[in-house]
Amino acid sequence: MAALHVQGLKKAFGGLPAINDVTLEVAAGERRLIIGPNGAGKTTLFNLITGDLTPNAGSISVLGEDITRLLPHRRAHRGLARTYQIITLFPRDTLEHNIALALLGLTKARWDVFRGFSKHFYEDAKQVLGRVGLDHLAQRPVSELAYGEKRRVEIAMALAQKPRVLLLDEPLAGLSREERASIKQLIASIPRDTTVVLIEHDMDTALDLADRITVLHYGRVIVEGTRAEVVADPKTREVYLGH
Amino acid sequence: MLLLLLALLPVAMGEYYVNLGSQILIFAVFAASINLLLGYGGLPTLGHAAYLGVSAYLSALVALKLGLGHALGALLALAGTVAMAALFGLIALRATGLGFLMLTLALSQVLWGTAYRWVSLTDGDNGLRGLTRPFGLDGAMPFYYFVLAVTAGSIWFMARYVASPLGAALKGTRDQPRRMAALGHHVWMVRWITFIYAGFWGGVSGLLFVYYHKYIHPVSLSLANSAEGLLAVIAGGSGTLAGPLVGAAIVMLLKNYVSAYIERWNMLLGFVFVFIVIFMPEGVVPGVKRLWRRFTSKG
Repeated sequence: MAALHVQGLKKAFGGLPAINDVTLEVAAGERRLIIGPNGAGKTTLFNLITGDLTPNAGSISVLGEDITRLLPHRRAHRGLARTYQIITLFPRDTLEHNIALALLGLTKARWDVFRGFSKHFYEDAKQVLGRVGLDHLAQRPVSELAYGEKRRVEIAMALAQKPRVLLLDEPLAGLSREERASIKQLIASIPRDTTVVLIEHDMDTALDLADRITVLHYGRVIVEGTRAEVVADPKTREVYLGH
Repeated sequence: MLLLLLALLPVAMGEYYVNLGSQILIFAVFAASINLLLGYGGLPTLGHAAYLGVSAYLSALVALKLGLGHALGALLALAGTVAMAALFGLIALRATGLGFLMLTLALSQVLWGTAYRWVSLTDGDNGLRGLTRPFGLDGAMPFYYFVLAVTAGSIWFMARYVASPLGAALKGTRDQPRRMAALGHHVWMVRWITFIYAGFWGGVSGLLFVYYHKYIHPVSLSLANSAEGLLAVIAGGSGTLAGPLVGAAIVMLLKNYVSAYIERWNMLLGFVFVFIVIFMPEGVVPGVKRLWRRFTSKG
C-alpha cells in the first residue's frame, strides 16, 4: 500500500491549469524528491495534498485512506505534516511554545480550558528541539533566530507531529552551503517509518537524499524514476538546460 | 494589589466617584470580552454591544413582563445571550478581518433597529424603566463592591481561558491560521467557541449595566457603544489582560467626568486616541511598559 497516492489530480486558477492530471505513488518509507522550475506547480501540489486548496478533479489518499474531501486539520490527524517554503512560524512566541502548539494539535487537550498551557508540553517540546539541535534556545522568541535556525524550527514543528507522511517544501531554500549540509543531515536522520516527500527548485541540491525523483513541468509529471534514470533522461535536460 | 487598591478606593471618595468607579468596572468587563476576540483571536468585532444590550434587555423583560426574580432573570438573560452568540458566530465567522467586522456590525444593527421599532416589547425610544437591583444593593458603596467582585471574577475567568491550551490555540489561530490547521487544530471551532465565550462575558457586563442604571435604552445596542468598547481595548492595549481595564477607565472618565466640563467630549476622546496611536500604537499598557524600560535602562 502506498503511503501517499495522488490520482489524476487537477487544479486550475482562472482557467490556467497549475496541476494538470498528476498521478503520483509514493511507497511507505520512501524519500521522494519533486523537482521542477519556477511555476511548475510544486507548492500547489503540496497545498492540494494538505487541503489548503481543493482540487478540481482527482483524488488523494494517505496510507490507503481517501482524504480528498477532508479539512486540513483532519488530514493532520491522519498522519500528514508539512513545512512551508516561506517560513510560517509564530514569531512572537518562544521556540518551545512553537513546538508545544504542534504537540498540542494532535491531543485531546487542545480543547482544554481548565488547565494552564505550558509545563507538560514545554518539556516534550524541548526534547523535540533537541532533535534539531536547538534545545539551548528553547526560551528565545523565534523572531530572534537566524534564518537557518528558523528553517530548523520549521522541520522540528513537523517532526513534533510524528507524521507518517512528511511534506518538506524547499527546506534548503536560502541557506548557505554549511547550513544546507546540516539540514540535509537532519532530513537523512528521519526514521524510515516516516515517508518523506521533498520539493526542491534546483536539480542538484537534494539529489542524494532521494530514492526516487519526479520532475514536474507546467503542472505535469514529465519524468519519474530513480536518480540515475531521471538524470539521464533527455526531457529532464530540456527542462533544466533550455530548449 | 490592584484589587486591594480598587477595594479601598470608595472609602476615600464621594458617591459620585464611587458610581463612576462602578461604571468603569462594568465597561471593563465589556471591553475585556471584546479583547478575547480582538486581542487574542485577531477578530475585530464592531457589534459587541449586541451581547451587552440583549442580555440587559432580556433581564429587564423577564422582570417586567414575567415578573421573575433576579436569579432566574440573570440565568435566562445569559442563556439567551449565549444562544444568540452561538447563532451569530455561525454567520460572522464565515469571514475574518474586515468581512468579520462588517458582519458583526450588521447583526448588531439589526438588533438596534429592532429595539427601536418593536415598541410593544421594548417601548422603543423610551426604554424600559422600573427595574431593580439584585439583593437590594441601592447604595453606591454596596453596589460598587458587588460590581468589583463580579468584575474580578470575570477577568479571572477570561485570564484563565487565554492561559489554557485552548487559549494558546486561539492565539495561534490569530498569528498563523494556516499553520494551525496543518498542526491539527480546528481553527474555525476554536474561534466559534471563543465567540460564544466572549458573548457570554458581554452578557455579564450587560447584566451589571442594567442593574446599575435600572434602565435600558436602544442606545446600548448601538454602533457607538460597540465602537467605544473597541476603542477602549485598542487604547488600553489589545491582547493584554490589563489593557481593557485601563482603556475602559480612559473612555469612561472622558465620557462621564470630562463631559461635565467640555461639551464636545467626543472630540477630546478623539484627540486622546490620536495621541495614543501616535506615541503608543500598541496601547497604553504595553506602551508605558516600553517607555518605562527605556527610561530605567538609561538611568
